[in-house]
Amino acid sequence: MLEARGVTVRFGGVAALTDVSLSVTAGQVTGLIGPNGAGKTTLFNVITGLQRPDRGEVRIDGSDVTRRGPHRRSRLGLARTFQRLELFGTLTAADNVRVGLEASAHHGHVIAPVSETAIGAAGDPALAVLERVGVGAVADAQVGSLPTGTARLVELARALSTGPRIILLDEPCSGLDDNETETLGALLGDLAAEGRAVLVVEHDMDLVLKVCDVVHVLDFGEVIASGTPLEIRADPIVQAAYLGRMDVPASADPDGHGAGPGRNGHGAPGVAPGGPGPVPGAPA
Amino acid sequence: MSVFFSYTVIGITVGAIYAITATGLVITYTTTGIFNFAQGAVGMVAAFSFWQLWQGWGWNPVLSLAVVLLVLAPLLAIGVEFVFMRRLHGASTVRSLMVTLGLLVILVGLATAIWNPQVQRIVPQFWPGDDVTILGVVINYQQLLTVIVAVAVAVAMRYFFRWFRVGVAMRAVVDDPDLVALAGAKPHRVAQMGWMLGFFFAALAGCLIAPTVASTGLNIDNLTILVVNGYAAAVVGRLRSLPWTFVGAIALGLAGEYSVGYLSQHLPSSLGGQLPELVPVVFLFVALLVVPAARLAAVGRLPVHPPPRVANLRQSLLGAAVLIVAVAAVSPLLGGSLLAAVATGLTLGIVGLSLVLLTGFAGQVSLCQLTFLGVGAYVMGKVASGGGDWLGLVAAVAVTAGLGTVIALPAIRLRGLYLALATLAFGEAAYFAFFTNTSFFPGFGGSVAVGRLSLPGVHLVGDRAELIEIAAFFALSAVAVLAVRRSNFGRRLVAMNDSPAAFATLGLNATVTKVAVFALAAGMAGLGGVLYGGETGAIAGNDTQLQFLSSLILLLFVAIWGIRTTTGALLGGLSATLLPFAETHLPAAYAGLTGLVAGVGIVLLGRSADGVLGLPQLRGRVRLPFTDTPRRPAGDGGGADAAPTDDEIKGAVGVA
Repeated sequence: MLEARGVTVRFGGVAALTDVSLSVTAGQVTGLIGPNGAGKTTLFNVITGLQRPDRGEVRIDGSDVTRRGPHRRSRLGLARTFQRLELFGTLTAADNVRVGLEASAHHGHVIAPVSETAIGAAGDPALAVLERVGVGAVADAQVGSLPTGTARLVELARALSTGPRIILLDEPCSGLDDNETETLGALLGDLAAEGRAVLVVEHDMDLVLKVCDVVHVLDFGEVIASGTPLEIRADPIVQAAYLGRMDVPASADPDGHGAGPGRNGHGAPGVAPGGPGPVPGAPA
Repeated sequence: MSVFFSYTVIGITVGAIYAITATGLVITYTTTGIFNFAQGAVGMVAAFSFWQLWQGWGWNPVLSLAVVLLVLAPLLAIGVEFVFMRRLHGASTVRSLMVTLGLLVILVGLATAIWNPQVQRIVPQFWPGDDVTILGVVINYQQLLTVIVAVAVAVAMRYFFRWFRVGVAMRAVVDDPDLVALAGAKPHRVAQMGWMLGFFFAALAGCLIAPTVASTGLNIDNLTILVVNGYAAAVVGRLRSLPWTFVGAIALGLAGEYSVGYLSQHLPSSLGGQLPELVPVVFLFVALLVVPAARLAAVGRLPVHPPPRVANLRQSLLGAAVLIVAVAAVSPLLGGSLLAAVATGLTLGIVGLSLVLLTGFAGQVSLCQLTFLGVGAYVMGKVASGGGDWLGLVAAVAVTAGLGTVIALPAIRLRGLYLALATLAFGEAAYFAFFTNTSFFPGFGGSVAVGRLSLPGVHLVGDRAELIEIAAFFALSAVAVLAVRRSNFGRRLVAMNDSPAAFATLGLNATVTKVAVFALAAGMAGLGGVLYGGETGAIAGNDTQLQFLSSLILLLFVAIWGIRTTTGALLGGLSATLLPFAETHLPAAYAGLTGLVAGVGIVLLGRSADGVLGLPQLRGRVRLPFTDTPRRPAGDGGGADAAPTDDEIKGAVGVA
């Protein structure tokens, strides 16, 4: 359904992605893991059209979209969330979702974000979408004032509002508490069950191993392994590159990303504090 | 052939000056992320200071030049960086734009106050009579010096960024100021250096230009706007590359000379005479066409300031009624000229409302909004005389909206800064090619009569009735702007401004949205023009409102009061009219007052993005017409924002 082939991106002399290929299938949750700076977000940017690759192509339903802008890819049924929140901060949570609902109202390639009955129960499509993600209570709050975890869920609701067939989630669990994380895991499964393709970048290994059907491991801009969660867990290369440095099973919130969105648009996103998290080290 | 050489050599010397000022512009931009719209104004102040020291006080010319370049310019830069720019770290493009525009206005106001524009000031040639002959072209030492200085600047900057510690730090700071701080360099120092170099080059260019305008003497506005040439050159360098900036500057210098030499004779004289002003503008537009579209970067930033609450329909209608009644009640107290000034202020308020749409909601900056006012008035005057008032009104709005679309198209796919540049250039082009063109406005400063807009069934008699009519139009426009904000389209505008990347990934086309809002805003400014023309009875080609500074001052005043609120537009329009009005009734020493007030108000924007109406002290306490003053900061966000109670609505009306 979604396919990246031989994607290469260089920032100056640094290769952020080297010949990365992966595909995402409808009805499955695909995991993308790797240390900070491995190139996961860059790959998301390439897939959604925010970053043009130096080489390689992106295909949706077999057709090449590498040269198409992000809004045209979205109309083919692609949606995403951002690692560092990109909410419409001056709007309310409900209005954030409404922008997505209106944007997708007139084009095809849609799997409805919520059922008609849910809309009927909530009385308002935007509210229904927020409720599905579990944040119906903050519908009328300006999202700029929400705590990070809640804001992250609002962003998920907004991505969902366009009725995507392919949904890309960039660290959806950072900033969420254990209950919220569990709910989210169930939601990811449901989204796949509705026939959507879900691609998720996540550091919470418990979640990844539990909900993902397929996992790809990215390190220094290259895919070093792909397989089922169990295969990945057993793969010695992966252990050396990533899991091996993480002796403690990753049940705690793995790193400091949830601390809050960057306030000024720059700063190093990948600098994690010490602790049981995956070790940063790869260049940006 | 010798004629061709002559144009070439002169073109290069002219281009050399552009190259120097553009170098400063690029260096400041790359090290601080702020595009200094006041670059020309700094050069202007330097040129006047140079005159003051050398001619006014009789100092040695070399000493004068040294003091201006090595003492005055760096000190000014340090002061400006400290007072205005330091707070802007991480601020939005619109805010940093406003601040440099404010600086421009302050410097112009200061210069007007210090150097009375009525007095002619001439900076003589450095070496009168000395010249050399190159390729059969006679070049004076002054021109030779300019080229030598430009080459020296190019060489010096190349080594500076490679070999000097601070130069390397300046290159690094663009990428990530926080990282540079971690590495031990001080970002403030680096930014200071960026401003000092920028101001130094602006001053250098100003002092080199000064003797070339000896025939007319120094002129504050002309010297300030001459920097459009520098902008065009910097755009060729994409605001990054110094070598390309030099190429752009020399190409522009040559284009200017060749067009005057070879093209002007083929154009009608009314247009041919304006070529020197038009060439850089056309050049800038062409350069904008070849700049690649901006990459949609995720900003990763949430707005810190809660937005103003948007009034609902009932509240805004109530506010509108209150405004009309208030104006009607006050109007008997106003004398003839004050009445006219208030009426003009309200028409500018309508233009201010167009800025609320464009800048306040959508985050796009236009520096030529009063040009649309002039075009609107002109179309009204031409069409209404034959086709009736309503046809005139519709034509004026349609033509300005169409014009807005055409201007926006080349620049709008780029970052907001480029749109601001394009609009500034367009405003200048319109002024020189249209408003001061004798084919359209017979005789220099000729005017086109514009009748009052008469509504069917309503007979307007007298100036008071017209004032109330204008107030009604303002009030309805404000209601319309708030209705747009509540609509799907308005929600999209705000969303696009908050996060362009997320906007695009939802399947929305930012280019289409931006063009639409720009056209809408231009049309609304055209409506303001219809009323403005009716109020003044005519639109004159040399009307001060049509000069670039007026558009700027209006934008600044709306921003100072609060650019996301319709109340801000009302107060902004009134301020932009009543302050100059006061100036004309005060002693000459108060010349430049408007500029100074506007400039000082801009300092506020460093503290409060929503201007005076957004100040924490005022938040939630003061309610003004249209009841959309910023609301109290939300608590933890968990509580839903309750609908306003009747008390709040009453309170809203009470203060009006």
